[in-house]
Amino acid sequence: MNSVYAFVVGPLAWFAWGVFIFGSAYRLVSMYQLAKAKDGSSLHYMSFKYGFRSIMAWLNPVGTLGWQRNPWTAMVTFVFHICLVIVPIFLLGHVVLWDQFFGISWPTLPDTIADIMSILVVVCCIFFGARRFLQKDVAFLTTGKDWVALVIPAFVFLTGVLSYHEIGDAKVMLILHILCGELMLISIPFTRLSHAVFGLFTRAYIGSEFGGVRRCKDW
Amino acid sequence: MPDASTWDWNPGRREIQDTGSWSDKFEWVEEFHASPDGEKVGAVVHKSDLEFTACVNGETWEEDYDRIFYPKFAPDGRFTGVAQQMGEWTLSVDGKHWPENYGYIWKTTFGPEGSIICAVQNDMEYGMGVDGVLWENFFENANNFTAGNDGKSTAAVVQVKPMGQADIETFQKGIYSVAVNGTVWDDVFMNCYTPVFDAKCEKVACQVRKTLYDYTIAVDGKIWQREYQCVWAPCFNPATGALVAPVRLGGKWGMAQDEELIWNNTFANCWHQQFSADGSKLYAIVAPTFGSFTVAADGKPWSITAPVVIDLAVSPDGNRAAALGKDDKAYTVMCDGKVWSGVYEMAWKPVFSPDSSKVAAKVEKNGRYTVVLDGKPYGQDFDQCWEPVFSPDSSKVLIRAIDDGKFIRIVAEVSEF
Amino acid sequence: MTFDRKIEDAGLERGVSRLTPERIENTLKQVIEGEAGAKLKLYAETCMRCGMCSEACHYYMSHEGDPSYSPAGKVHQTLGKILRKNYKVTAEEIYEMAQIAYTECNLCRRCVHFCPLGIDTGYIMSMVRRMCHKLGVTPQYIQDTAHSHSATMNQMWLKDDEWPDTLQWQEDEARDEMPNLRIPLDKEGADIYYSVIAPEPKFRTQLIYQAAYIFNEAGVDFTMPTEPGWDNSDMCMFTGDFEMMGRLKKRHFESALDLKVKRIVMGECGHAFRSIYDQGNRWDAWEMYPIEVVHSVEFFWELFEAGKIKLREKFKEPITIHDPCNIIRGRGLMEQSRKLAHALCENVVEMTPNLEHNYCCAAGGGVINCGPPFKNVRMKGNKIKAEQLKATGVNTILAPCHNCHGGLEDLNHYYELGMDIKFFGDLIYELMEKPE
Repeated sequence: MNSVYAFVVGPLAWFAWGVFIFGSAYRLVSMYQLAKAKDGSSLHYMSFKYGFRSIMAWLNPVGTLGWQRNPWTAMVTFVFHICLVIVPIFLLGHVVLWDQFFGISWPTLPDTIADIMSILVVVCCIFFGARRFLQKDVAFLTTGKDWVALVIPAFVFLTGVLSYHEIGDAKVMLILHILCGELMLISIPFTRLSHAVFGLFTRAYIGSEFGGVRRCKDW
Repeated sequence: MPDASTWDWNPGRREIQDTGSWSDKFEWVEEFHASPDGEKVGAVVHKSDLEFTACVNGETWEEDYDRIFYPKFAPDGRFTGVAQQMGEWTLSVDGKHWPENYGYIWKTTFGPEGSIICAVQNDMEYGMGVDGVLWENFFENANNFTAGNDGKSTAAVVQVKPMGQADIETFQKGIYSVAVNGTVWDDVFMNCYTPVFDAKCEKVACQVRKTLYDYTIAVDGKIWQREYQCVWAPCFNPATGALVAPVRLGGKWGMAQDEELIWNNTFANCWHQQFSADGSKLYAIVAPTFGSFTVAADGKPWSITAPVVIDLAVSPDGNRAAALGKDDKAYTVMCDGKVWSGVYEMAWKPVFSPDSSKVAAKVEKNGRYTVVLDGKPYGQDFDQCWEPVFSPDSSKVLIRAIDDGKFIRIVAEVSEF
Repeated sequence: MTFDRKIEDAGLERGVSRLTPERIENTLKQVIEGEAGAKLKLYAETCMRCGMCSEACHYYMSHEGDPSYSPAGKVHQTLGKILRKNYKVTAEEIYEMAQIAYTECNLCRRCVHFCPLGIDTGYIMSMVRRMCHKLGVTPQYIQDTAHSHSATMNQMWLKDDEWPDTLQWQEDEARDEMPNLRIPLDKEGADIYYSVIAPEPKFRTQLIYQAAYIFNEAGVDFTMPTEPGWDNSDMCMFTGDFEMMGRLKKRHFESALDLKVKRIVMGECGHAFRSIYDQGNRWDAWEMYPIEVVHSVEFFWELFEAGKIKLREKFKEPITIHDPCNIIRGRGLMEQSRKLAHALCENVVEMTPNLEHNYCCAAGGGVINCGPPFKNVRMKGNKIKAEQLKATGVNTILAPCHNCHGGLEDLNHYYELGMDIKFFGDLIYELMEKPE
């Protein structure tokens, strides 16, 4: 079991991070090349000012028509994403690993807060999953790829919570958690999770078109 | 062309007509037009009670009409207008109208020998006429009217098959062709655009849309064997008779000559190509990248660019070219790959001197008009002015202008600029 | 889920009857992989299928939450299906996709205000239309309009002489009221080139009359061209015939550039505005319109501000104002349209929602041009608009767009709203001071 653990936090972690970083970079660069070749008449209008303005507007959970008309989804989406990003970075258990491998560290979240936030992520995933089943318009759109994009983070946090609370075999759960995390890293560039890589750009693009060409807000 | 050598090229300013006084004589005076030699100024005038005539150098035409439009001076100085009487249309030339009436005539152009060419509608059929002599065959519809530089040859895109309302099937089988002097090509196409004559007026080429998606070029009714995503107006090499057209392949534009690319398809756009008189050089307006245009000579774009480039002019010797650049509301003159320093509210197509050494253009600044030569403005501006004309020896410029209610004619030495 | 709302259309039927599996696969592949680029790919990939956009769409709202009408739902049934089936879709499925893309989406882009990732469903639907165009599967009536554009450079099959003849006829008519009125033709160097869409000379000549009257009264130095290029409308943009869109815009702009005018002022049309600053110009590689184009709403306001139009009286009845997508969401003219509306009317009642969040008329995006077979698609698909209009409690609507006019007029009859619909030009002409 220890050798499995050593493998998942060692070579496999390197591999997962490698795929995540290089895969994301590759996707960004190749997408940019494609845009230059085929979307010259769109790329031309990219504007930092209007792109940024649009991103800022959409970072306000009550600031856009879409968020306002879908308040529950908006709230859950914000909670989900905030926790999803904050917990992995500031969790004590993770920072310890960075310290152990690279000798770098930074402030951490109290475990209880991180625990609550992780549970929130799982709850949010349940909410999203329930929407996919119960809400007609969402169910209509849902495909396997959407479940993949939902199940991956759900498992990452579920195994994290279980492992923290030592439910089930602690070692197995921890390894499962790490595996899921690595699966998520690997998935980001190549599944629907790629919106993490591209989302800011699609947002900035439409912001640029609406601000620069159409003189209208896109929220 | 009219022989400019017979014009008065004595340097100096001459007042031709007190146009300001016309408004006292008529209820209203429409736009002024100047004859090419600057000896005449004319306008359509409203006498009273919707009776219209034309006034040239203060003399009104004898005849009155219900309406006159398309007023134009012929190169030889005759003043013409499309005139309406009793609901029928004819062409009035110096106040004497053609004997025939037509359902409608319009788009007057002039041949070098003085022939007058019009588009004509008669009994809801369409065709063309030269000096009032109409094509033998008229068609259900015609457009894209053109004339050869012999002043006799005419061509237009014509509809040769009837089509019912919203009959997309028949349309897509092809109902259009090109009629040259009234005689139709054998083949029909979905669409034809911009027929053009070669220098000898022996051949006609045009853009063809074969299907909804495939474009090509036709010469005398025979299409090129290659298809393109799109094409723009073709033109003949005046020396060799070769035919070139901008073509779009893979979403980019290049230049094809007799089907084969002679400029690679690297441009975001490429149009308005023009050969030098000896056929050795080919210029065009191109966009090397999206949103920025320039002029390319033999496929090589100038380094200067502008968001919009229009009015390409090639010098008589073919070694120089000029065009207008436009950025938002500011016009500039681009010449030989450099931009003149002046920025204008409006500029007109640059004019080269016969020896190709000088370029002049009419420009507008602060609501006043003048002529700029090689970047230097003439010492005076005017309420109105026309495009400059160089003397045959290239040493003088004719400026036709209205200043303070007077139509004047100035012959300026090029050194005066 | 089966598509249970197939509507018979001669154009769509003829189109699919000619399809083969190879042609479908090759054409779809050619458009998605050959023509389209990163934009379409990213939209397809990053859409999280969250369904937040559903409520944005008037079709969805009017069909009691039928998910197949939501913006993402329409993508799911078109581009989504093509990609899921790896380009191997049937001719019957192409028919459905064409029906959805051409008649169940107005490309109004209201859904952009709902999507956190900024996905432009209007663009996706345009690309679906592009594929249908390349497959030859387009509704008959809009295709006929596209044919007219290609053959005459206007959308109403007007022949070259019929245009100047109509202008002269309107000039004659207007001279009964204002004897010295002129519609100057081909006046080189005029300040303004006035451009309209072909339905004006064909069916709504009074709009040309009114504009000429207003311009003459306000002392505007304007001209109208005699040659093709005068029609700034563009149904080819909506059929997916982008090559023809580029050709139309070239002709239009060059017609104005050749006349050396300072600006183009265009009539109260929406889609033509989209074509000149957003889509058509781009196909020709012009970053913006090569010559400034000012919408009537802006221009009328300019004349008001300069004191060139004086009113005899203001419109007294309460009036509401409809925000056309292509000039509001497409070009931000909400401020000018409000200033103008308030300058003309004593009591402007706002709709809810309004401004850039307004509901579409369901006629735009070429939908009304798909003709009678699809009229009910627009009527049933825009109950929400009828309710929105009714809720204002007023009898008159200001709608500065031709398509909106057509769409609202139809809704007005279908839902028996008893409302009167006006252009700004109608109101100005009606209320302005006129010489005795």
